[in-house]
Amino acid sequence: MSQISAVVPEVEQSRRLKRSIYSSDNWIAYLLILPSLVGFALFYALPTIRGLFISFTDWNLLTPAKYVGLSNYKELFRDPDFWNAIKVTVSYVLWNIPLQTALALVFALVMNAVAGSNLLRGLMLLPWLMPNVVVGLLWLWLVDPNVGILNVAIKAISGSSIPFLSSPKYAIPTIAWINIWRHMGYTALLVFAGLQTIPKEVYEAASIDGASSRQTFFRVTLPLLRPVLTFVIVTSVIGSFQVFDTVAITTKGGPINATKVFNYFIYQQAFERFRMGYATAISIILFVILVGVSILQMRLMRAGEVD
Amino acid sequence: MAAVHGSGKILLRLTILVILIITLFPFYWVVRTALTPSKVIFTSPSAFWPPNPTFDNYLRVLGLVDAETSVRMGGSGQSLNFFLFLRNSLIVSTIITIFQVFFSALAAYAFARLKFPLRNQLFGIYVSALAVPGIVMLIPNFVLIQQLKLQNTFLGIVAPSLFMTPFAVFFLRQFFLGINKELEEAALIEGAGRIRIFFQIILPLSSGSITTLSIITFINSWNDYLWPLLVGKSEQVRVLTVALGIFRSQTPQGAPDWSGLMAGTSLAIIPIIILFVSFGKKIINSLGYMGFR
Repeated sequence: MSQISAVVPEVEQSRRLKRSIYSSDNWIAYLLILPSLVGFALFYALPTIRGLFISFTDWNLLTPAKYVGLSNYKELFRDPDFWNAIKVTVSYVLWNIPLQTALALVFALVMNAVAGSNLLRGLMLLPWLMPNVVVGLLWLWLVDPNVGILNVAIKAISGSSIPFLSSPKYAIPTIAWINIWRHMGYTALLVFAGLQTIPKEVYEAASIDGASSRQTFFRVTLPLLRPVLTFVIVTSVIGSFQVFDTVAITTKGGPINATKVFNYFIYQQAFERFRMGYATAISIILFVILVGVSILQMRLMRAGEVD
Repeated sequence: MAAVHGSGKILLRLTILVILIITLFPFYWVVRTALTPSKVIFTSPSAFWPPNPTFDNYLRVLGLVDAETSVRMGGSGQSLNFFLFLRNSLIVSTIITIFQVFFSALAAYAFARLKFPLRNQLFGIYVSALAVPGIVMLIPNFVLIQQLKLQNTFLGIVAPSLFMTPFAVFFLRQFFLGINKELEEAALIEGAGRIRIFFQIILPLSSGSITTLSIITFINSWNDYLWPLLVGKSEQVRVLTVALGIFRSQTPQGAPDWSGLMAGTSLAIIPIIILFVSFGKKIINSLGYMGFR
């Protein structure tokens, strides 16, 4: 009896303690989040709201901004360069994503089959850790039409070099390839991690049921990889829509607008032509497009879910 | 998966070899080009080993020889000062990493462990900012830095990344949530304050994920190009990526200074290689998180 009564205050005490842990220190909590709140307010919240405001103005940074209502948005839809940017960006994404995902999937399957070492995984990751600027310069050199090693080799085989970055026809696929090279290993490692979570028993069951390896891949492996693939594809699509550095280093939007992707178009409007209002209006549209694309992708990837 | 035998195994090994060559050859070619005298670049473009290997290009690019010597070595004679840019990159990335990780850790701890009004709403707003494309905030941020007269200062370059990124707060909060509460409660009974608990219990317990986040943050700021290009073009604060971009656009159109460019490029890679060799395993293990920014 006395033992129980001795325990009760202790329980009471710990309850009181728990309450005090979570209630008495509001001011400490605010103190702790204060720096992040300042940063968030100044460099995330404020610019997002301000961006929306700027998009309704005509502003060159030097003279005061003039409110122009929706006219930037109206102009945009009549601007052939805007439609060009959409076309170029979408074509870049369509070159980039399927090829990158397919290659990454193949690499991941190969690594899974031979139990790749840590060293191998590390080496595959290297390109992804490099600055885009470095990767851009590196490939600019490799595909140089005169003395780039790739073109020297191509010339030796076929007799003529390929104007990878200087012809409108090849420029976007080449830039897509440069970024595939940078992201391939990283994506492969993500998929590889996903493959490793699939239990062996599932494959055993499939082989007992007499499934061919092709059937096993399409009926077992791919469906079980769906969560990883969804993550990989959604994040890389969002990333590809915002490609900038590689274009800025290699082609600067050329030849003849052939690589003037969304972000480069916005950059030029803002910092070469100083049309702040127009440039932010385009960036807002990009935001809307990205939200739309992400929702659509989530839907698509979830559609036909078996489990 | 079933074990692979015979010809299948050879095929797999071949595939790996091809992957490795595609991945690593460009790096080799950078170094090979950087070690080749710039006059030889155009005469023997396909020699596998650098013909007449030399460190001239590095001396040139690092500004260790005067303009006249540089031209004699085959450069365009433009002044390059990669030491300065290397230093600037180090300053910018180090400051950003230290402050951003520290401030984000403070916030993440509050979000993970303290109860206060509007906590969940605030955290929700932080996370939703992950969906806003960088370019939307870029132009207003540029305007703000201009109005604050911080253009061409280190403060201007680091300011937007100094206090937090939504990703950093999210990443650390996730980790703090998983730390056992008992230790903290015991410390509270002993009369320790929240701040002391944060420094003496939480930080030591999470040194692993703090290191990971620091590496991610450092590499991201080291690689950043567009923002420092906009606010930090002047030599005194110019970072390596921006310097390489300018170097490239100043190089003569017909016959670019490839060996100089590649010498600069390889210099920009070295710090990342060092980080990678020291923390490679950590980086690989935290890959899943690194897709975000």
